[in-house]
Amino acid sequence: MAEAVDYRYVGTSPVRPDGVDKVTGRAQFGADQNLPNMLHGRVLRSPHAHARIKRVDLSKALAMDGVRAAVSGADFPAVESGEIGGEGGGDVADIARNVMARDKALYHGHAVAAVAATSVEIAERALEAIEVEYEALPPVLDVLEAMAPDATLLDEQCFTKNLPEKPDKPSNVASVMTLARGDLDAGFEQADVVVEGEYRIPMAHQGYIEPHACTATVNEEGKATVWCCTQGHFEFRAMTSKILKWKISDLKFVASEIGGGFGGKTVVYLEPVAVLLSKHAGRPVKMVMSREEVFRATGPTSGSVCRVKVGAQSNGKITAAKAWLAYEAGAFAGAPVMPGAMSIFAPYEIENFLVEGHDVLVNKPKVAAYRAPGAPQAMHAFEVALDDIARQIGMDPLDLRLANAADEGTQAPYGPKFPAIGFKACIEAAKKHPNYTKPVPEGAGRGVAAGFWFNIGMQSSAEVRINEDGTVIVMEGSPDIGGSRASMGLMAAETLGVPYEQIKTYVGDTESTGFCNVTGGSRTTFATGLAVVQACEDIIAQCKSRAAATWGMDDDQVEWQDGQAIPAPGVNADVKPLSLADVAASAPKTGGPILGRASLNAQGAGASFAVNFGDLKVDPETGAVEVLSFTGIQDAGKAIHPAYVEGQMQGGAAQGLGWALNEEYIYDANGVMENAGFLDYRVPVASDLPMIDTQIVEVPNPSHPYGVRGVGETPIVAPLAVASNAVRDATGVRINDLPLSPPRILAALSGE
Amino acid sequence: MSKMHIHTTINGDQVDFLGSPQQSLLDALRDEVGKLGTKEGCGTGDCGACSVIVDGRLVCSCLMLAAEAEGAEITTIEGIADGDGLHPLQEKFLEHAALQCGVCTPGFIVAAKALLDRDPNPDERTIRYWLAGNLCRCTGYDKIVRAVQDAAEQLAHPA
Amino acid sequence: MGEFAYVAPRNVADAVGVLQDHANNGRRAQVLAGGTDLLVQLRGLDKAPRTIVDVKKIEETNRLDIGGDEIYIGAAIPSAILNENQELKSLLPGLIEAADLIGSTQIQGRASLGGNLCNSSPAADTIPAMIADRGICVIAGSGGEREVPVEDFCTGVGTNVMTGDEFLLGLKFPRPPANSGDAYLRFIPRTEMDIAVAGAGVSVTLDGGGTCTAARVGIGAVAPTPLLVADAAAALVGTAVDDDALAAAGAACSTAASPINDKRGTVEYRRKVVAVLCRRAGAIARDRALAA
Repeated sequence: MAEAVDYRYVGTSPVRPDGVDKVTGRAQFGADQNLPNMLHGRVLRSPHAHARIKRVDLSKALAMDGVRAAVSGADFPAVESGEIGGEGGGDVADIARNVMARDKALYHGHAVAAVAATSVEIAERALEAIEVEYEALPPVLDVLEAMAPDATLLDEQCFTKNLPEKPDKPSNVASVMTLARGDLDAGFEQADVVVEGEYRIPMAHQGYIEPHACTATVNEEGKATVWCCTQGHFEFRAMTSKILKWKISDLKFVASEIGGGFGGKTVVYLEPVAVLLSKHAGRPVKMVMSREEVFRATGPTSGSVCRVKVGAQSNGKITAAKAWLAYEAGAFAGAPVMPGAMSIFAPYEIENFLVEGHDVLVNKPKVAAYRAPGAPQAMHAFEVALDDIARQIGMDPLDLRLANAADEGTQAPYGPKFPAIGFKACIEAAKKHPNYTKPVPEGAGRGVAAGFWFNIGMQSSAEVRINEDGTVIVMEGSPDIGGSRASMGLMAAETLGVPYEQIKTYVGDTESTGFCNVTGGSRTTFATGLAVVQACEDIIAQCKSRAAATWGMDDDQVEWQDGQAIPAPGVNADVKPLSLADVAASAPKTGGPILGRASLNAQGAGASFAVNFGDLKVDPETGAVEVLSFTGIQDAGKAIHPAYVEGQMQGGAAQGLGWALNEEYIYDANGVMENAGFLDYRVPVASDLPMIDTQIVEVPNPSHPYGVRGVGETPIVAPLAVASNAVRDATGVRINDLPLSPPRILAALSGE
Repeated sequence: MSKMHIHTTINGDQVDFLGSPQQSLLDALRDEVGKLGTKEGCGTGDCGACSVIVDGRLVCSCLMLAAEAEGAEITTIEGIADGDGLHPLQEKFLEHAALQCGVCTPGFIVAAKALLDRDPNPDERTIRYWLAGNLCRCTGYDKIVRAVQDAAEQLAHPA
Repeated sequence: MGEFAYVAPRNVADAVGVLQDHANNGRRAQVLAGGTDLLVQLRGLDKAPRTIVDVKKIEETNRLDIGGDEIYIGAAIPSAILNENQELKSLLPGLIEAADLIGSTQIQGRASLGGNLCNSSPAADTIPAMIADRGICVIAGSGGEREVPVEDFCTGVGTNVMTGDEFLLGLKFPRPPANSGDAYLRFIPRTEMDIAVAGAGVSVTLDGGGTCTAARVGIGAVAPTPLLVADAAAALVGTAVDDDALAAAGAACSTAASPINDKRGTVEYRRKVVAVLCRRAGAIARDRALAA
């Protein structure tokens, strides 16, 4: 393990630069952009979960007073298939058809047409005037039914990908994938105990508090400006460009402040529609989703069926593990089954394993990325099975995990060998944690589980500008979803050696800063942070050069230390050190403004492992679950801003617990979601949770100058199995499926 | 559709506006008065992002008609700071990193202000139940509760 | 299509006049007594224009009288105000707890007993509590005032006995005799913010020896309307409201229930849990009566 380094700014938790605006109501979010002469756009959505669209007639709507534009699928160009985007990407032809249905409506709430009018009320009345002729088709709602050979097809052109031979019949199974190593049969033969189970989890939503919103304006030159809440305005620009077949340079995207995303704001829904409506109307168009639309038509993550079989010896050594995963993609291919398959065994060194994954179309909304996409579902299944193994062999669940834990040099199930990782350190920390060494409270049960996420690098750019007085502007392009501006400022302060308060970090629009991929994959502090550090190093090189010129030295005779240029050791010169402010003040005489920049495609995002445990109490008469305590322990590599790292761990825990206990998409037989609102899609409220204890483990990532690992996604993974295992511990009854809702628990306790 | 002339006091200022009979106070605040700090998260009273104080009572502005606000005194997030500086709640939310995305923050601060106005020394349970109508999806509430506790402490014992 | 309008009459006669005028002319009017349900309807399920009649500015809907024999609670008084009234809270703690359970702090600032009752949801929290406390609805209309017991008010999911020219002025409760107690419990999956999956309100009066001389049990969310369960009350009368009596009362609630499967719970779950809630609420009511 690398030695701990003392930093001056990195590792402190100062107030974020955008903080004051966010506590005073000044910060502009997606729905806060208003323009003169602005129209309001609304979307007509399919009342059927599955239907052929025979005819759309906009004429009556267009004839209404106050209606200035109306569009349907026929107004959008045909889009060729092709991959796009980072974590939230997919096939752009699918995204295009998700934004506006063409020949088929594939889920209840699928966009079918849209209007722009002088008021929201008129726009809504105009939607009622649009005539759509549907031919209703039977909806396919269950992942296993969708996989049956005689299932109704969503897409007659969908032939399962990655099979050894191209199938002769279309299917709802969009693709399959396999990961394998070793000899599975031999592995199971060596096992003293084998646990096997099927685990089902329904669709769940990211549940960000801010609904999707955008304002678009297209001028007479055909140039558009779009303000929107997004995790990646560059990718929104690219998607809009492909969907409308416009040049990228004709589209300017400005990321507003973003009111939560968790992966759900990595794809476009409204933006291409608003641009098209604005072009037709010649006026700005604002579109804001209702909460109901957010639930029905955006982002959930896959519902899943996972079958797991795991064998272990009585000393805890896992000898073989097998998993079969079927994930609901929703209406278009793209369930996160691949990362699910890659993550399920990732925390462990297992010689013999097989994972088979299936990406399955169903008549539900097209899934979008959700915090560690695909990992929670699969890892829930495996971490629950491991809990049962531990019970059967009478081993502490942490010891069982320690006996199999991946470490530096372990070959990950998905291929590469791990560099330094912190899983064992997290387990050791958990074993010593006072919340673990204390007895389980009366009537409660304790659950333990591991979490993991790969993290990603991808492309980032940053520019660092030195103002005339030596204050610093950091300009980058990663929307700040949880305080990343503060982290950028801290890394810049540390690198430049100037106080954090002297630096201000901005997120630029697509025309004022260089390309950045989405804020997703827990990449921002790692990859954009790397770009900021490199841009600061560029500044330092320039400052040294300016100082050298001022002092009549060579560049290599100058060093940069504590925010100032000084002669290098051994250089004999009677000069006063030049601070950043000094260099900035003399810049006009030494070559003009000082501007540093960096752009990169970051490699080596370090995986982040976690161990979580919690004590949950079950009311045996009602099935109600109370979370008494919850502890998250996670490797952050290096916590740049520890308070925001804790915040990620606490927030992920809350989301994971919500998913485990109460959150689910509930459908009727026609494929209509019955709980499309925060009343009955039950995210945790403040009184549902205790304080969430955290411990940050720091095993530095060798691929980052400050050792950063992404931390945002791992925290949601383990809580699902923690809850299942705690309820098992409390009640003596194993419930495989989620959510652990009171009716499900009471039925299980009654032996139903 | 005929509009109604509605007279209110918002954050101490006399504010008159025209609103339609079925318009919610939230829509009126945002669209007629330009108080964009009050957010809509659900429009059905389930998330608290639109919390404002009307005549001393905490309400969801999405569940009140603008017309009902005739003659009312309204405090929005824009009225929490006193002009010289931030309110202790605002300071403590920043110090404790009690916001991540920040869209729920105005509602939380308004709701917490209404709590501390009534109960200057609430315990954790009281804070959690008082704020149960304010959804936050980012923080897990831990740091929000601590920020409110700390703000109460500072209000009780100003430095 | 008509247009939206908003009126806020200052007295009963004006309010009745508006309602009567609309009824006679086939125009739609809807009374606003809290707003926490009405505005949600306006936004989603039912956007049709109507006249909104805000009855919150009428003296009778805001009056709170705690008399020697009778307690009167105006239909439009927000739960938060009821909850702050210590005398009321000590007299009818179960009712005030029920009012306090309607939604969040924010909702409490608006929601009222009258609004909760007139919305006539089978899952309304205050209705079983009002039934247990022998509540009487005071209704104003063109024919003058009339009174209806709370248990007879709701006629189905979202429907009630009031005609188009009527609105609810307030609720009357007999002042509880000595050694009385009430309680209301509901079950929700979270700790706050949900609609009841089942609810039970119980009131008991004990004699000097701790024997129950009178009881009432109301249940909610387990039938198309909140129910008065006479058999459950009968199981308590004449007993010390001990575990056996409470179990029998709970069983009577399960029997009286005719629940449905929906997104909030199953038939089996609701039947079981309504019994648990009756038992637990009964025990609290008993303890309150003993402490009174």
